Amino acid sequence: MMGNRSVSGLFAIALFCLVVAAQPSRADNTLVTDISSHLISVTSDFTGTDLLLFGTVTSSEGSLPADKGDIIVVVRGPKKNVTVRKKERVAGIWVNTRAIEIAKVPGFYAVASNRPVTDISSTGTLERLKIGQHRLSLSAKTTPLDVQDFRQAIVRQQEEVQLYTSNQSAVYFLGTSLFRTSIHFPANVPVGNYVAEVYLFQDGELVSAQTSPLFIKKFGIGRRIFDFAQSYPTLHGIAAIIFALIAGWIASALFRKD
Amino acid sequence: MPVYLPIAEISVNLFLILGMGGAVGLLSGMFGVGGGFLMTPLLIFIGIPPAVAVATGANQLVAASVSGVLAHWRRGNVDFKMGTVLLVGGIFGSGLGTWIFALLKDAGQVDLLISLSYVLFLGVIGGLMLVESVGALLRSHKGTVKRKKLHQHYWIHGLPFKMRFRKSKLYISALLPLVLGFFVGVLSAIMGVGGGFVMVPAMIYLMGMPTSVVIGTSLFQIIFVTANVTLLHSMTTQTVDVLLALLLMSSAVIGAQLGTRIGAKMKGEQLRSLLGLMVLLVCAKLAFDLILTPDDLFSFRLLEGVN
Repeated sequence: MMGNRSVSGLFAIALFCLVVAAQPSRADNTLVTDISSHLISVTSDFTGTDLLLFGTVTSSEGSLPADKGDIIVVVRGPKKNVTVRKKERVAGIWVNTRAIEIAKVPGFYAVASNRPVTDISSTGTLERLKIGQHRLSLSAKTTPLDVQDFRQAIVRQQEEVQLYTSNQSAVYFLGTSLFRTSIHFPANVPVGNYVAEVYLFQDGELVSAQTSPLFIKKFGIGRRIFDFAQSYPTLHGIAAIIFALIAGWIASALFRKD
Repeated sequence: MPVYLPIAEISVNLFLILGMGGAVGLLSGMFGVGGGFLMTPLLIFIGIPPAVAVATGANQLVAASVSGVLAHWRRGNVDFKMGTVLLVGGIFGSGLGTWIFALLKDAGQVDLLISLSYVLFLGVIGGLMLVESVGALLRSHKGTVKRKKLHQHYWIHGLPFKMRFRKSKLYISALLPLVLGFFVGVLSAIMGVGGGFVMVPAMIYLMGMPTSVVIGTSLFQIIFVTANVTLLHSMTTQTVDVLLALLLMSSAVIGAQLGTRIGAKMKGEQLRSLLGLMVLLVCAKLAFDLILTPDDLFSFRLLEGVN
C-alpha cells in the first residue's frame, strides 16, 4: 500500500513540475503540500515506516517564485498526560520521591528543515509555533523551581527511543520550487491521530502554512486481538487461560516417552 | 524477525522472545518454580510495559505449569490432596494481596515495594537453600551421611486438625499448608509471580515434604494461582498480550519438558544448590539496581489519553 502511495506521490511531483514551470513573480509565495500516505497501518509485521512529505512553493499567481524561502516540516503525535517521577537516595537506596503531572505530551515529534531552524526564524516565532522539541508547551500541574528538569527528562527519554527527532533527513529542494523530506516512524510509534505541518518562511517571517492529518492505526489480526481484549475482557481472559492449558497439554503429550 | 505485539504495542524480535521463553521454561522444569521471578524482569528489560509483562507472564506460566505437572503426575510425583489445601489458602491470600497491591499503587510506591520484597525474599530463601544444600553435598562427598529421621518434630506438629498426606508421607495439621498457601498467595499477587520460589523451599524445609513430590505439587498449585491472575488482569487492566504469551508458551513448554528430564537425573541437593544460586543472583541484581545511581533519575509514565 505504501508502495502505491509513493508511486502516486512521484506522479504528483511530476505534475507539479509541469504546473509550476512558469514565470517567476514578486508576489507572496504559498505552499502546496502532500504526504505519501494519510494512513499508516500497524500490522503484525510492522517494523516502522517512512513517510514521504513533499510540496511546492508557488507565488500567488501560480508561477515560479523568485525566492523560494525556507521550509520547516513538523509531525506531531497524539498527546497524553504523563507523570514524571524523580528518584532520590533515601537511606542508601534510590526511591521515587517527587512526581509532577505534565499535560499534553506528544507521543511523537519530528521536525525537519532545509537549514537549522534557528537560522530560519527568530526564537520568538519558533516558540509560538512550537517548532523544536525543546519548545513544546509541556504544562505542569505544579511548578516547582526545577520543573524544567522534569520537562527535559521527557524530551531526553523520548529522543533516546527515537520518538522525538530533529532533521533525521533534512528538507531539500529539487530545482527551484519543489521540496521533499522523509520522516521515519519507528516500530514503537504510538497509534492515534497525527498531524503533519509544513511552514514556509521568507526572510524569517511565516508566509504560509499547511497541515495534513495522518492516522496511525492497528490492522489485521493484531487489531482484532486488541479489540477483543477491550470489548470482552472476561472472555479474553478465559480464552487466554484455555490457550495456555491446551499449549501445556500438547507439549506434554508430544514429549511423552513411552 | 520482528513481530508486532498488539497489546504491548511494540515490535520485538521473534527469536529473542522464543529464546527467553525456552530458557526460563528449562529452569522452571528443572526446579519446579514457575520462573515468573525471572520472566517478568526479563520482559520488562526488553521493553515490554511492566503491567503487560506481569499479566502476560502469568498467562504463560499457566502453560508451563500444566506441562510440568503432567510430566510429574506420570511419575506419581504430585500430591493432589496437599496441592488442594495449599490452593484454598492461596485463593484467599491472593485476594488480600490484590487489595494490598491497590493500596500501594495509590501511594505511588508500588515499584519500590515490589523490588524490596523481591530482594528480601529472594535473598533469605536463596541464602538458606544454598547453605543447606551445599552442606548436604559436602557431607555426602565425605561419605559421613547422617541417618536422617523421616522428618523432625517441631511445635508445628502439635497443631490441631491433623490430616494424612500419603503421597508426602506426612501426618500434619491442615493449618500448616493452608497458612503457607495463604502467605504465598499474598506474595504472588504483590510480586506478580506464581510463588514457586517461596513455596518449594517452604514445603521442603518447613513441612518436611520429600523433594520429589514438592516440585509437582507446587506446579499443580501454581496453575490455579496464575490462571486466576491472568483472568483478573484481563478483566481489570486488559494487559494480557495473547500473542506474546503464545510465543513464550510455545518455547517455554518445550524448555520445561527438557528441564523436567534433566531435573529427574540430578540429585535433590544439586538441584537445590543451583536454584539457591540462581535466586541469589536475581536478588543481587535487584539489590544493585536499588543501590547504584540510576542512569536517569527521572522516569515517566503515561496517564489516560487526552488527544
